[in-house]
Amino acid sequence: MSTPLLKLTNVNKSYGPVAALHDISLEVHKGEVLCLLGDNGAGKSTLIKILSGVHKLTSGTMEMAGKTVEFDSPRDAGAHGIATVHQFGGTFPLMSIGRSFFVGVEPTRRWGPLTIYDRKRANEIAVREMRQLGITRIDDGDRLVGGLSGGERQALAIGRAVHFGASVLILDEPTAALGVKEAAHVLRIVLQARRKGIAVIFITHNVVHALTVGDHFAVLIRGAKAADFRKGEKSREEITDLMAGGEHMAELEAEIEGYMATEDNVAAPITTP
Amino acid sequence: MKSDALVQPQQAATAPIVVGSSLPSIGSLVRRPEVGSLIGMIAVLIFFSIFGGDNFMSVGGAASWLNVAAELGIIALPVGLLMIAGHLDLSVGSMVPASSMTVAIVSGHYHAPMIVGVAAALGLGLVVGFINGVLVIRTKVPSFVVTLATLFALAGLTLGLSVILTGTTSVALTSDAVTKAVLGDYIGGKFEVTLFWWIAIVLIVGFVLSFSRFGNWILAMGGDGVSARNAGIPTEKVTIALFISSGLCAAFVGMSQAILYNSAQVAAGQSFIFNSIIAVVIGGVLLTGGYGSVVGIVLGTLTFSIVNQGIFYTGFDANWASLIIGVLLLLAVLMNNTFRTMALSYAPRTKRTK
Repeated sequence: MSTPLLKLTNVNKSYGPVAALHDISLEVHKGEVLCLLGDNGAGKSTLIKILSGVHKLTSGTMEMAGKTVEFDSPRDAGAHGIATVHQFGGTFPLMSIGRSFFVGVEPTRRWGPLTIYDRKRANEIAVREMRQLGITRIDDGDRLVGGLSGGERQALAIGRAVHFGASVLILDEPTAALGVKEAAHVLRIVLQARRKGIAVIFITHNVVHALTVGDHFAVLIRGAKAADFRKGEKSREEITDLMAGGEHMAELEAEIEGYMATEDNVAAPITTP
Repeated sequence: MKSDALVQPQQAATAPIVVGSSLPSIGSLVRRPEVGSLIGMIAVLIFFSIFGGDNFMSVGGAASWLNVAAELGIIALPVGLLMIAGHLDLSVGSMVPASSMTVAIVSGHYHAPMIVGVAAALGLGLVVGFINGVLVIRTKVPSFVVTLATLFALAGLTLGLSVILTGTTSVALTSDAVTKAVLGDYIGGKFEVTLFWWIAIVLIVGFVLSFSRFGNWILAMGGDGVSARNAGIPTEKVTIALFISSGLCAAFVGMSQAILYNSAQVAAGQSFIFNSIIAVVIGGVLLTGGYGSVVGIVLGTLTFSIVNQGIFYTGFDANWASLIIGVLLLLAVLMNNTFRTMALSYAPRTKRTK
């Protein structure tokens, strides 16, 4: 556990004269969930893009298991074991579950002199991986991805990453578009991935979801790391305050308090995404 | 369920699940994306067999629309693959006459052996397809614009060179017996040999799209090009290969037309531009890419050809054919959208497995 699986040291990223990230240092260990918290525009997406090989960092270093790495493309990042799952999971809504699960790495079998796509095996594995993540409703890999619910798509994408041996799983706002029940399911899947020894980077602006699964938290504000703490070191209110930039939240709270003229559970409306 | 190992024991004991038996159920057939196209084709077939009289239903009547379907179909298939991959190829409209003129000039005007003329025509298709592909990849200009440009450029080139080389815009071509029998003749005096070429290409393209890895790449590219590339698909090579296939197929049709009619004209083939797109779209291919099937494209091609030729058997003014095709196109797309939504929203009933 001494060497982190993924480590960023003093990472800066600027787009021309605009600085998007400033001196970010982060580390995530095997079997650990790192929650990246931050309001919109805090630099979360830029950080994901650097981690997943879409953009290169301007300065600083990125290490994987102690070795310095530099990703030329998302494919390159994937080859290093970094898998990114975006908010809506599968990006091919009109492809079948089996086909989209194996995009680019289709299983094949011999058919006479020809090598053909092994639909049956692809469907079987895709369905099995989803079942292992608790999606029991899906029994046919020929169904189109577009027919799945948001949580099921997340499960499909996470199952894919796990199946292809990802060691770092980046989840970009996986619960943002989901209802309470589906979000709970996705959070359970995150814990399942953690138990398998995968390092999970969980990006969210929902403090409750972060606290449920996170071992380690980092809060980003306007491109800089504002806080870095471990589970149990800060309360939900403190984190919410941090995310919104402290004084803003106090102002907002005072305003709401004045308006409602009651002390009835001040925190509740604030934590709602 | 493809394997019993996936069924949890207590469920297997109680629930009579027959999901995934090898026979397709009626429900799964209705959810096939081709259903809309099939209904459309049956509808026009019934319509014209009622109004077209006995002639339409005769062998000669069938030949008239099958011949049209074969020529259109050979072009519509690769154009359909391109559309599934998220691209368009308008240049086929110039590729057909360019290839006709090439074979006629090389083998007719200069009396080179037929094989040389045929190779030159197909080679031209390959080159134009390659240029289209490279331009689309390198410039990132939408393929609609790129192939619109090559459509005009190639038309101008064909006209200009034909006049310079032969002094005319129409060249006669006499082919040897074997070439004619293989590439451009009538079987039984009615059916063009291109029908068999069409069937062969249907089988090849059907195999590629449904049974090869390449087919999966095409679908993925049309669904989301960036994700497809990130997943390791050589998107640039696939794009070039697809443009080459549409160039080749258009060249094949032009070449076989010249051999069939024993002559070639500079301006013959512009109708293929929209006709191929109409056939493909009626066949349920999504114009924006990511979705479509070969069965659908074949049905769309047949539907278009039945309307196009059937009108001559009805006694209506032939001008009405375009009106019918316009209305049909709109109806087909609406119907395809409905069936696609059905396929998407379909969810297995959870109660069965619990």
